[in-house]
Amino acid sequence: MTDTTSGTPLGETVPRRQHPLVRTLKSIALIRESTIGVIGVAIVMFWVFVAIFAPWLAPYDPTLQINPLQNAGPFSCAEPGLRFLTAEGIATTDGSECYLLGGDQLGRDVLSRIIYGAQSVLFYAPLATACAYAVGIVMGLLAGYRRGWVDDVLSRIGDMILSFPVLVLYVVIITAFGPSDLNIVLAVTFASAPGIMRIVRGLVLDLRNRDYVGAAQTRGESSFYIMFVEILPNARGPLIVDACLRLGYTTITLGVLGFLGLGLPPPDPNWGNLIAENREVVFTTPYSTLFPCIAISSLVLGLNMLADGLREVSLKD
Amino acid sequence: MVIFLAKRTVFMVLTMIAVSILLILLLEVNVGSLPTRVLGPYITEVQAAQWLEDEGYNRPIYVRYFEWVGDMLTGDFGYSTRFQIPVSEVLWERLGNTALLAFFVFALMVPLSLTLGILSGMREGSGLDRSISFVSVLTTSIPEFASAVLLSTIFVFALGWLEGTVGSGDGFHWTQMILPVTVLVLYGFGYIARMMRASMAEVMQSPYIRTAILKGLPYRRVIIRHALRNALIAPFTVIILQINWLLSGVIVVEFFFSYDGFGALLLEGAQNTDIDLIQACAMIAVVVAVSTQTIADIGYTYLNPRIRFS
Repeated sequence: MTDTTSGTPLGETVPRRQHPLVRTLKSIALIRESTIGVIGVAIVMFWVFVAIFAPWLAPYDPTLQINPLQNAGPFSCAEPGLRFLTAEGIATTDGSECYLLGGDQLGRDVLSRIIYGAQSVLFYAPLATACAYAVGIVMGLLAGYRRGWVDDVLSRIGDMILSFPVLVLYVVIITAFGPSDLNIVLAVTFASAPGIMRIVRGLVLDLRNRDYVGAAQTRGESSFYIMFVEILPNARGPLIVDACLRLGYTTITLGVLGFLGLGLPPPDPNWGNLIAENREVVFTTPYSTLFPCIAISSLVLGLNMLADGLREVSLKD
Repeated sequence: MVIFLAKRTVFMVLTMIAVSILLILLLEVNVGSLPTRVLGPYITEVQAAQWLEDEGYNRPIYVRYFEWVGDMLTGDFGYSTRFQIPVSEVLWERLGNTALLAFFVFALMVPLSLTLGILSGMREGSGLDRSISFVSVLTTSIPEFASAVLLSTIFVFALGWLEGTVGSGDGFHWTQMILPVTVLVLYGFGYIARMMRASMAEVMQSPYIRTAILKGLPYRRVIIRHALRNALIAPFTVIILQINWLLSGVIVVEFFFSYDGFGALLLEGAQNTDIDLIQACAMIAVVVAVSTQTIADIGYTYLNPRIRFS
């Protein structure tokens, strides 16, 4: 990440100190120097674009069931004159109903469901990751800056949660509280926050002895100010890389939970649910599960490449 | 060393106790639905209350906790409302099946990932190194369920070489194990390979390796006799910790391929809110995970001469 203290040769006027957010954005923009990072950004932006423009991109309503196209393969069209049930009543196919990626078990368009599913995935995965980060950062700052018994208690709790095999933990939490969007976000927060805390704590232990922290302490700043204004912004480099990786894990986790039937309740077209809904036909007509799998893998791959690119760029600095 | 061992053991036991308390507290929420699960959906509220009273669920939670822990320690894991038999009758068989699966996964994954890691760490930045790194990022990006779908599309649907489900009941053919094992190996090997690579690359840059090369030892000998001995220490921990990850992985894979194992059992318990079954499975998973972590820690300390002799 960019070092803000250097880079002003003698004789030049010192540039005005930029807002931390601007500096963060500028250092993220350095990603263009890494090929793998650029590919990662492209993949992620592709899915963001798909999610935002889903209503315009999707050729069909994701809940519309055209029965003649049940378990249809890619590029298949309905024969004209077949009847199917819609929300308005009985409709008749006129031969123009074509599913590019095939139909699922209920005769819904796989492509449209993947497109709408992107909305769900790109809403809940970042939301859950952000919640985990909010909790993990506060815990890590407290543990690393306060030390003493606060550190001991928080670290022990973290070790305990981390000793659970993670999916077992999710299964137990979601069985206890039931699958709903709030509970899933809470479960992800609960399971990931300790890992984030460990990273933040490690960074804080290194940063807390820096001169600027000492200066702030001498000025009499509150520990709240020191933790969030002096220490946290300087720990952002490794945290951004970790956040990208963790966003990938969370995407996988949400997919796995959907796949196991423990995720967001059924009408939601997130990619894990798409795979779960068509699991019975996976060995006979795999298209309805294959394409959502490709979608989720590509998004996670994009995030992992983005993280690798960011790491590469930050090491170069 | 003795103090260290004692400390680790005490911490291990404390973690297990804390986790068991957490488990019973989390699943306490569902106790109210138990009578309906055991006696059927048409019982009256009076009957439900009577059942809870008879079974001792109205006693304070700490009394029930100690009873549960005592039962667990004597091998009584409670009664499964899903299977209508004691949990222990189904649990051990399923654990055995999962152990078999895990054995094949490790037998394949460890040599493969170590070899790839060593090859890429030996010459950092080479073409081979770059391609191995890319493959490991690619395979870790594909979740287990996705690679399961991908592989079964190819080998079950398109080519018809393998079967998609593992026969339950009386035994199964070894070809049915290929897909589950491959899926787990694919997802897991990248991480070990990357750790091995990092460890190898670090050792290769150390002065003693340079000395060995400069004094004219054959390259092969430098790698096998000098570099590997130190480079294998760090991945050892990672390999043992993979057991923890595998406990998560088997849930997905066993569910997908209908393999009668421990992960599928836990999931079946969860889908049917079978509290005794979930508690038993989760506790076993945690005991396995915590003990392997302790073994990894102790092993690492023992293997690393810098720590062992200090």
